[in-house]
Amino acid sequence: MPAEFPVERSETAFTDYKLPLSPAHAAAEAGRCLFCHDAPCVRACPTHIDIPQFIRKIANGNDRGAAKTILESNILGMSCARVCPVEVLCVGACVYNDLEEPPIQIGKLQRHATDRAIDEGWRFFQAGTPTGRRVALVGAGPASLAAAHELRRLGHACTIFDRRGFLGGLNTTGIAPHKMKADRSVTEAAWVLQIGGVDLRTGVDIGRDVALADLEHEFDAVFVGIGLGADSRAGVPGQDLPGVLGAVEWIERMKLGDAGLAGVRRAVVVGAGNTAIDAVRELRALDVSHVTMLYRGTEDAMGGYAHEWRAAKVAGVRAVWRAVATAFEGTSQLERLQCVCVDESRTPIAGSQFTLEADLALLAIGQSRLGSTLAGLSGITVESGIVRVDAHGFTGRPGWYAGGDCANGGKEVVNAVAEGMTAARAIDRELAAGGGTGRMGARRG
Amino acid sequence: MADLSTETGGIRSPNPFWLASAPPANSGAQVQRAFDAGWGGAVWKTLGTPIQNVSSRFGGHAIGGVRGAGFNNIELITDRPLEVNFREIAQTKKRWPNNPIIASLMVETREEWREIIKRSIDAGADGLELNFGCPHGMCERGMGSAVGQEPAVNERITSWAREFSTVPVLVKLTPNVSNIVPHGMAAKRGGAHGVSLINTIKSIIAVDIDRFVPEPRVGSLSTNGGYCGAAVKPIALHMVAALAREPGFGLPISGIGGVRNWRDAVEFMLLGSSTVQVCTEVMLRGYRVVEEMRDGLEEYMRSKGFARVQDIVGKAIPAFSEWGDLDMNYETVARINASACIGCQLCVAACHDGAHQCIHPQQHTRVPRIDEAECVGCNLCQIVCPAPGCITMERVDNGHDPATWNEHVNHGATLRPKKGAH
Repeated sequence: MPAEFPVERSETAFTDYKLPLSPAHAAAEAGRCLFCHDAPCVRACPTHIDIPQFIRKIANGNDRGAAKTILESNILGMSCARVCPVEVLCVGACVYNDLEEPPIQIGKLQRHATDRAIDEGWRFFQAGTPTGRRVALVGAGPASLAAAHELRRLGHACTIFDRRGFLGGLNTTGIAPHKMKADRSVTEAAWVLQIGGVDLRTGVDIGRDVALADLEHEFDAVFVGIGLGADSRAGVPGQDLPGVLGAVEWIERMKLGDAGLAGVRRAVVVGAGNTAIDAVRELRALDVSHVTMLYRGTEDAMGGYAHEWRAAKVAGVRAVWRAVATAFEGTSQLERLQCVCVDESRTPIAGSQFTLEADLALLAIGQSRLGSTLAGLSGITVESGIVRVDAHGFTGRPGWYAGGDCANGGKEVVNAVAEGMTAARAIDRELAAGGGTGRMGARRG
Repeated sequence: MADLSTETGGIRSPNPFWLASAPPANSGAQVQRAFDAGWGGAVWKTLGTPIQNVSSRFGGHAIGGVRGAGFNNIELITDRPLEVNFREIAQTKKRWPNNPIIASLMVETREEWREIIKRSIDAGADGLELNFGCPHGMCERGMGSAVGQEPAVNERITSWAREFSTVPVLVKLTPNVSNIVPHGMAAKRGGAHGVSLINTIKSIIAVDIDRFVPEPRVGSLSTNGGYCGAAVKPIALHMVAALAREPGFGLPISGIGGVRNWRDAVEFMLLGSSTVQVCTEVMLRGYRVVEEMRDGLEEYMRSKGFARVQDIVGKAIPAFSEWGDLDMNYETVARINASACIGCQLCVAACHDGAHQCIHPQQHTRVPRIDEAECVGCNLCQIVCPAPGCITMERVDNGHDPATWNEHVNHGATLRPKKGAH
């Protein structure tokens, strides 16, 4: 599926925040790795990539072998190399931190090897002997891509459904462009699917165009990786004014086309999670001069990563802590936010009202949860919009599995990959044991 | 301030750092620049009947990204006319009268030796170094290591040199022998004033895995060369020490082999070298490396209270013993300082796979546990540990009196029970 994105998009103005390593720098950095036993970096990686082993291969001039080691554990290793919060995962666990020496730049080394794998078209994996079993994957994001690749290695036929016209899910539409741009995610997805045997049905909205339960007529198992839904709204007067947008919605617009920032000088982002921090950094990078993050809690309690927030501050973002918006105001378009300070229990403090002028407000206070889509299927439990699964991604309904944001509530790409691969192996075991949806046999209710 | 002046076999030098006979001492302009940089002396690139060299000539052994950790060459002796070499020696001596120039020589017949020695001394050489070591190209012509490997030939040619020379004679020994001592003794019997060692080790430095040709490659072929550089130091230290402790030897030694800094030089001195010669480090980084060598040696001597170089020379020789004289009852175990441990567990892998399986990971901490009852005190964990001050080897008082293997075999001395031997 070719990416049909415009060549000129707002995100194309961004350069990489973390630059790639030159081959010489990669070799030198790889040479520093201590090759720890039972390495903390491996433990910290949700996909348990054998990091010391792939780094040793780079150190010894075997980039191809390094890529193989990475991709064996994480088929989206190229994306993860760029988008993982390595500061709190592998790099954060590097023992050099305790020596007060710079930790190994694991993400950059992983990028060094996996960029070559994608760009030079290295292939490592073959489809397994056909089993005759068919698996549907709902959603084309990282969880489904990883699950599909693993299922193909195990010989199961796969069909991926997605309501969009392109692959990659939020990895394509939601990654901060200083980490990765949309076309890179799509290129990687196409590379993953070169394993063959994956039928793509895009533009199909499962649950609307096709009833979920109907998948059981065609498939022996179903993996649900539908991610999260639309941005949550604030429930505040004026939130439908032009100029008030969901942050995820705006980020997608910025990545796939024009960010619509003409005339925008002042922007406020409501929330302090990682989506909020991405949005404020992107607004500054796109030359919005006054960018403010508005958060009801304190800096210590913010949901976003501290290292990302530090970078935002360096970029000139300001924050207003312990305050909430009470109204979005403007005649035909947003002009200002009415705000009020709140105390520790988030109760408004009388007399603390203030106004923030803004041409644009982005709401980054969470996304709706799509789990309810599955609520009608017996055996599947949905709590607070999240699909309940066991450690193997099993939902409780024979043949039905889930992973990624719809099942974990919204984590990293690497978590989605890990959950997709785990579920794929569990599906394989269930099918091998004669289980599944029962496509070949009696229907269940 | 410490006095760095020294001498080897009567050749006096303002400091112990000499350029070895090699490309860095190929010409007068080079040697004068080296003296400008602070080198004490220079052993001139070997003189003989000028040869013709091939290209390429050098090969490097990179270890863990460190280029030139080992090095080899297939270059031969000087390719420049002898009269040019002698003229430049004379010019250099005129400008640097106090820095010794030692003429390295390699010819065949008695008459040739007489002739080249006379011309060297006439040019102003402060000493001679007989090149009995070169392991490639010249040995096939009956010179170099072909001489150094035959004690009788070594002794005969050394005695000719003594007969013809009015300046001190050093014999440069080849390491391409099973035991260095008979060769040092042959030089002594021939009348040498001292020896220099080691020359290079016969080697193939690498193989081009795409062309299927060893390196360095000359067209579609290669040949064995002489191995040197930092990686050969342990071999050189052993050969130097083997001669230094030999009771009947007693000649001064100029140590060569992998000296790249002051610390290496001190080690050679502690094992009996009164000067050290350097080639590879200069080839890789230039003459100015001597600044750190001189300064580091001076700081070392100051910190230890040594006034003269001679105070260091051979100081570790009494401690270089035979295995049979080691105290079998001396016992150490490894201890981990938990506050310095970074949890890399390199010690766990090393001990489990490469030693005695006595370091174990623990459940609730990354700090491993050492089973001291099983620890044989081998040092491996301490060698692999990257955290300063983390693993130490601690003496254990096991209640046994010292006892060597020889004492045990000859006098029935009691040895402590073996550890880890089950």
